[in-house]
Amino acid sequence: MCSLEKRGNIFILTLTGPGEHRLNPTLLDAISAALSRVRAESSMSSALITTAEGKFFSNGYDLAWASASGVFLDRSKLMSSKLRSLVADLISLPMPTIAAISGHCSAAAAIIALSHDYVLMRNDRGFIYMPELDIGIKIPDWWFVALIRSKIGAPRSQRELMLRAAKLTAHDALNWGIIDSAHNSTEETVRAAIRFGDELVGRKWDGHVYAQIRMRMLADVFDKIGCDESVGEVSHTRSRL
Amino acid sequence: MCTLEQRGNLFFLTLTGDNEHRLGPTLFDSIRSALAQVKSQATPGSALITTAQGKFFSNGLDLAWAQAAGSSSFRDRLSHLLDCFKPIVADLLSLPMPTIAAVSGHAAAAGFMLAISHDYVLMKNDRSVLYMSELDIGLSFPDYFMAMMKSKISDPAARRDVMLRAKKVKAEEAVRMGIVDSAHDSAESTVKAAVLLAEQLSGRKWNGEVYAEIRKAMHPEVCGLLGLSHRAVVAPRL
Repeated sequence: MCSLEKRGNIFILTLTGPGEHRLNPTLLDAISAALSRVRAESSMSSALITTAEGKFFSNGYDLAWASASGVFLDRSKLMSSKLRSLVADLISLPMPTIAAISGHCSAAAAIIALSHDYVLMRNDRGFIYMPELDIGIKIPDWWFVALIRSKIGAPRSQRELMLRAAKLTAHDALNWGIIDSAHNSTEETVRAAIRFGDELVGRKWDGHVYAQIRMRMLADVFDKIGCDESVGEVSHTRSRL
Repeated sequence: MCTLEQRGNLFFLTLTGDNEHRLGPTLFDSIRSALAQVKSQATPGSALITTAQGKFFSNGLDLAWAQAAGSSSFRDRLSHLLDCFKPIVADLLSLPMPTIAAVSGHAAAAGFMLAISHDYVLMKNDRSVLYMSELDIGLSFPDYFMAMMKSKISDPAARRDVMLRAKKVKAEEAVRMGIVDSAHDSAESTVKAAVLLAEQLSGRKWNGEVYAEIRKAMHPEVCGLLGLSHRAVVAPRL
């Protein structure tokens, strides 16, 4: 489901296999387990690169699995809960994080990519896409939107992604300020990510200070990551109103 | 340490001497007293220009002072410096006139904060850099630094590069990142441009109290952390 490799001080987490890497509980658990290993095995200045094999970075939640008869809400709740835990993990990871987007990246997977400090993407194929509007599902505004707004500042860029459900190539995403750089192929993207990762590792930052700064910068997201109103996980603060 | 000069409607606050203008107890007192004087002499059409002599605008807090009493007192002394800096940021945010930082040299950490606590930031375009050094030193940011950065630097990637990558940013790049208003060739031309801007703003003859209230309302989070409240109504000139 996912592999973890270490090259020097760089961890490379890869969603393996040729499929859509749908974010069902099994894959979400595998990624979380990999992140635990990253924490355990990082002794000094490190960096994490997240990428994937095949045509898809990931196509989002496993809606087909959730759609089995009578269990949609429960299964959605489970995936949401695991995703939120994963994102909290990424945001508190004591090292720089780089997403190397290797193909189509939709919905919850776009959220995972954007949860990284730096986003690099291949420009020869693949879209970043929030399909929720197209398929008639509300974007969880309490925390998806909080994350998007924390990472993508320009109102028009937010609109392209969320309110226009645009399929953004790397070129588009770069222009809209959504990604940091675009590269000619997955291999090139990962190579660039490794080069950049090495540069950041060379700064010899204290991982805990790094994480502290990141968490403060993303305080808005942390505040809201405990709940997801789109699956009925309501904030206790809100329910007092 | 710092001088205050008035030329017509314009106040010039200059960090003096060819040194790093490290922000320590003495310089804090000096700056606070200058700002108090500026405030007391404010009239409609006043403006403040803050600049510095030498290669540095300010290289941040006086960490040498913080370390001088031994490593066990470092945290306390650093805390004290951060506490002493707060009223200066508060004074600038509530100053009843437009404020312009003419950044003629390196501005790091608290020095960077000092610069962006002004309404306008003009910067010299040479090897001078804006630099939040905290990550490189292994320090996190106090809450009011974080709030100011969020309020003044709107692009998330620019904020990330400044705070989470400790990027050293030169004037032209700072303009592109939306941190600085304009870049100029020399210290003299930076100050000249600041004076020109100050004169334009001064000519609007704004009510200083109203100006300050609007400014504070634009930065509610920072003001909250600094204990600055704001009033909704001042005397209108209808």
